Amino acid sequence: MSQSFRLDNVGMVNRNKKISFTFNGKKYFGYEGDTIASALIANGVHLVGRSFKYHRPRGFFGVGVDEPYAILQLERNNERDPNIRATEQEIFEGLEVKSVNCWPSVNFDIGAINNFLKMFFPAGFYYKTFMWPPSFWYKIYEPFIRMAAGFGEASIKHDKERYEHKYEYCDLLITGSGPSGLASAYAAAKNGARVILAEDKPRYGGSLLTSDVNIGNQTGVEWSEKIITELKSMSNVIVKNRSQVFGYYDHNMLVMSERIGDHLPKTQKYLPKQRLWYIRAKEVLISSGSIERPLVFGNNDTPGVMLSSAAKEYMKVYGVLVGKKPLIFTNNDSGYETAIEFKKNGVNPLILDTRKEPSSDIISEAKNLGIEIKFSHVVVAAKGYKKVKSADIAKISDNKKDLSNIENIECDCICVSGFWTPSIHLASQSGNKSEFNEKIDAFIPKKSKQNENTIGSANGKFTLEETINEAFDKGYEVSNKITENNNKVSLPTVVEKKSTEHDKFWCVPLPKGKSYKRFLDFQNDVAVTDIELALREGFRSIEHVKRYTTLGMATDQGKTSNLNGLQLVSDIENKVVPQVGHTTFRPPYTPVSIGAIVGREVGKHSKPTRKSPMHQWHEKNNAVFVDAGVWLRPRYYKQGNETLFEASKREAKNVRKNVGVCDVTTLGKIDVKGPDAAEFLNRVYTNAWLKLPVGKARYGVMLREDGIVMDDGTTTRISENHYHMTTTTAQAANVLSHLEYYLQLVWPELNVNVVSTTEQWAGAAIAGPNSRALLMKLFPNTDVSNEGLPFMGYKEADLFGIPTKIYRISFSGELAYEVNVESDLGNFMWEKIIEVGKEFQIQPYGTEALSTLRIEMGHVAGSELDGRTIPHDASLEGLVSKKKDFIGKRSLSRSAFTKPDREKIVGVVPLDKTTSIPEGSYIVKDPNAKLPNPKLGHVSASCWSVEYDNPFSLAIIKDGKKMIGQKLFAMSPLKNKTIPVEIVSSHYVDPEGKRVRA
Amino acid sequence: MLYIFCPHCGSRSQNEFAYGGDATVKRPELNKEISDHEWDKFVYLRKSPRGKHLELWHHISGCRQWIKVERDTSTHEIFKTYKATELIE
Repeated sequence: MSQSFRLDNVGMVNRNKKISFTFNGKKYFGYEGDTIASALIANGVHLVGRSFKYHRPRGFFGVGVDEPYAILQLERNNERDPNIRATEQEIFEGLEVKSVNCWPSVNFDIGAINNFLKMFFPAGFYYKTFMWPPSFWYKIYEPFIRMAAGFGEASIKHDKERYEHKYEYCDLLITGSGPSGLASAYAAAKNGARVILAEDKPRYGGSLLTSDVNIGNQTGVEWSEKIITELKSMSNVIVKNRSQVFGYYDHNMLVMSERIGDHLPKTQKYLPKQRLWYIRAKEVLISSGSIERPLVFGNNDTPGVMLSSAAKEYMKVYGVLVGKKPLIFTNNDSGYETAIEFKKNGVNPLILDTRKEPSSDIISEAKNLGIEIKFSHVVVAAKGYKKVKSADIAKISDNKKDLSNIENIECDCICVSGFWTPSIHLASQSGNKSEFNEKIDAFIPKKSKQNENTIGSANGKFTLEETINEAFDKGYEVSNKITENNNKVSLPTVVEKKSTEHDKFWCVPLPKGKSYKRFLDFQNDVAVTDIELALREGFRSIEHVKRYTTLGMATDQGKTSNLNGLQLVSDIENKVVPQVGHTTFRPPYTPVSIGAIVGREVGKHSKPTRKSPMHQWHEKNNAVFVDAGVWLRPRYYKQGNETLFEASKREAKNVRKNVGVCDVTTLGKIDVKGPDAAEFLNRVYTNAWLKLPVGKARYGVMLREDGIVMDDGTTTRISENHYHMTTTTAQAANVLSHLEYYLQLVWPELNVNVVSTTEQWAGAAIAGPNSRALLMKLFPNTDVSNEGLPFMGYKEADLFGIPTKIYRISFSGELAYEVNVESDLGNFMWEKIIEVGKEFQIQPYGTEALSTLRIEMGHVAGSELDGRTIPHDASLEGLVSKKKDFIGKRSLSRSAFTKPDREKIVGVVPLDKTTSIPEGSYIVKDPNAKLPNPKLGHVSASCWSVEYDNPFSLAIIKDGKKMIGQKLFAMSPLKNKTIPVEIVSSHYVDPEGKRVRA
Repeated sequence: MLYIFCPHCGSRSQNEFAYGGDATVKRPELNKEISDHEWDKFVYLRKSPRGKHLELWHHISGCRQWIKVERDTSTHEIFKTYKATELIE
């Protein structure tokens, strides 16, 4: 199709670069710099979508972020991107877009039947329709609502594009590069402030791009180009286009999304698609401008009805005519500027002005150009279904209540102007309570809440002279406050046409006998009648009316509809707008892609991955890894075609029979140093620590103040005032914070320092009956006999010239040692252990075998110390001192914790000795009892006992000690299993603990 | 995101800190007889005031010091920050 609505030699798009793209599978041409909207309009395409509820035809309404209609879906590199505003997305070679919310096509949409059933879709119809019977929810209502909901479909594929985050600090952030943004940025930058100037659109200049003004003897466009060029050359200024500051958060932090690759066929190498900026600004100047308000009349949602400012921008920026027989419907002078622009381009517009006899420079110019103007006239209704074909117009009485002389006029577009609404969103988000300004019939910011000021038309200043003067002053004033410099730039002279007051009129009454839909919210299909119904049904608060009718709740967040909605509510309620108040403005101002919010923190990058120094050895030896918090730990070492079950059984058996070695680098390690260290440990742990000799380790349990076990581990006295504490892998960070809390805030008088040494030491647990023999070979010069290094002993030794720490501690329940060396030497240590251990049949073992070994020994771990258990429950009450006080002790005497039938850990064995019990199963007395079946407790951990070759589990059950010997049932409703079991002691293997002391 | 002045490091963004609750709670002394009610009050009961609140923050990705922050819970205004042991009038 040819670009029959493209003007010759007008606009700012690059005529030398033709670009092809497809819309709904059809190929179109545009130019570099076109948006999808401008290129489609140039091709005469106005039907691009369907409305949300009634599936009425939708065209283009605006030219930027306020667009409520033209929401499309972009297909790019085989990926889908929904919620794309056609008025913002620039075209590129090969771009594919399609309409949403229509089936089978935008031209013929079955859903449009809703339009004829609209009496069944009144305000709040969701709440009225989908209420009963409740059983209908799952099978009928929910699928129906899901099918009807949403604009477009999100891609289900992995997004291959890159997104990144950036943190920036500046003296002054300016949001918007219109006349006020440019002037204030220039004044502040010249005064030495570090400035960031953000512009949402590709082109800088805002309203200067389309207005007929003169600044310092240059046109608006020339002046803005000159200022931008100079700002870009300054080292203290960052200028960003395609960048929307969408949120104003606490303590002057603003977030901006920069679209770097969205307008390009392929994202540039080394550049992300989008970048999210977190900007901490000392001061903020909000120069976000204003958005034109629609006028409300019958069928005002027909394609071809659009904002008059948008029509002007399509002409001046893109060189595109929105129609060749335009009707301008206005209540102020802005509509005249659009009409004049049409006239200059050889098109004859007709102006309908609601005002009686206004006069101003602009109106005189229009008259002089021979433009036809009808005063005291309104559009009653647009005619045409998929595009405006004509309009019923009428004369309106002075009191604006009665219509007369209704006639039909042919036209192909209706450009509406109902005056301007300042974009106060950012100011409002910062906490600024806005106030209603009677003069402009809109809200403007009141008192600054954070360090923010609003300038220009966002602050209700609609003349250029006023705007420029205010912006230069503010830019200087704010920068002077920060830099204390006094470089003032001189004000340029401003020439503009004077305009006169607007008409406080916004909604055309219905002619007798007609029931045209008059829409307020164009995306959510909220009409005047819906608001009236909501008020009749008793809704009063504007926040309730909004949610009941969905006014302003669409993806455009009511940028064009909110104020008209407020006007209507105030009129019906006989109130004034400020009494009604406005709904809350919340970030984001425009939709932000999830990719940008997530940034690089995707998949494995969402948190750090920690690896032990022996990681490469594990990899080389077929380790299968498991995530343990942020650590990667070997789960088992695969030999041949072994399964997890087979491998872990082999590894665990070898520990019981010969010797195994396990990487325990991940254990948390904390150095506790200082003259009061013993006293501190005595308060932190439940057991006594004052008499632990140097060179000895002790197992300890620490509680939270509420009596629940926080963590367990061994702590070794290295020297008089130096202790080496170990924590579980998962709790390492929490324990350090916990210790710091008590040292810094509760007992600052204790002379103790704590520091994490987790990363400083590489650790290997050597466990099994052959472990001593292995140690004797590894450390020939150290006495590691049972007398020389008894259970819970500690020694420093020499491993082939490397200083090594040996702790005789055991988690597996076997004779075992933990050997630590400096991290850098971890791999050397590991290889030596494997090498020397060969003759003792050493095998590495992973976390799965580690679990098996500790479970059948009845040693507790995270699955028992799950944040709900006190020492008694885990059979750790023997470690609770009766004599001294410690953190959480007082809680243990609370009645719930001292009940005689309190839960306790037990062992569970299936009667058939073959069926494994799923972890999480309930223990019950009678599997056939009436539901809810009273549960005695739950299975916390399960394994295959390598000692007895049958399944074994740990469970925490009510009155556990007394239950030993009883026959009960383990039930897993999830796995649909009921297993007869016997309760046994949790210490299934070596209950006397002879092996560890051997 | 708050901007918190750490008395040891200077102003830093909130994501360097962890929140630590009411800073006016005082742990009962060790070995002191104390009623169930008093103990429950210390462990569980916290006020949730609207307005000024003295609270603990842990500069967990910075100097690892616990600090006290006087903050307005409704406006997020921070009036003053203190070191852990600093006396507060």
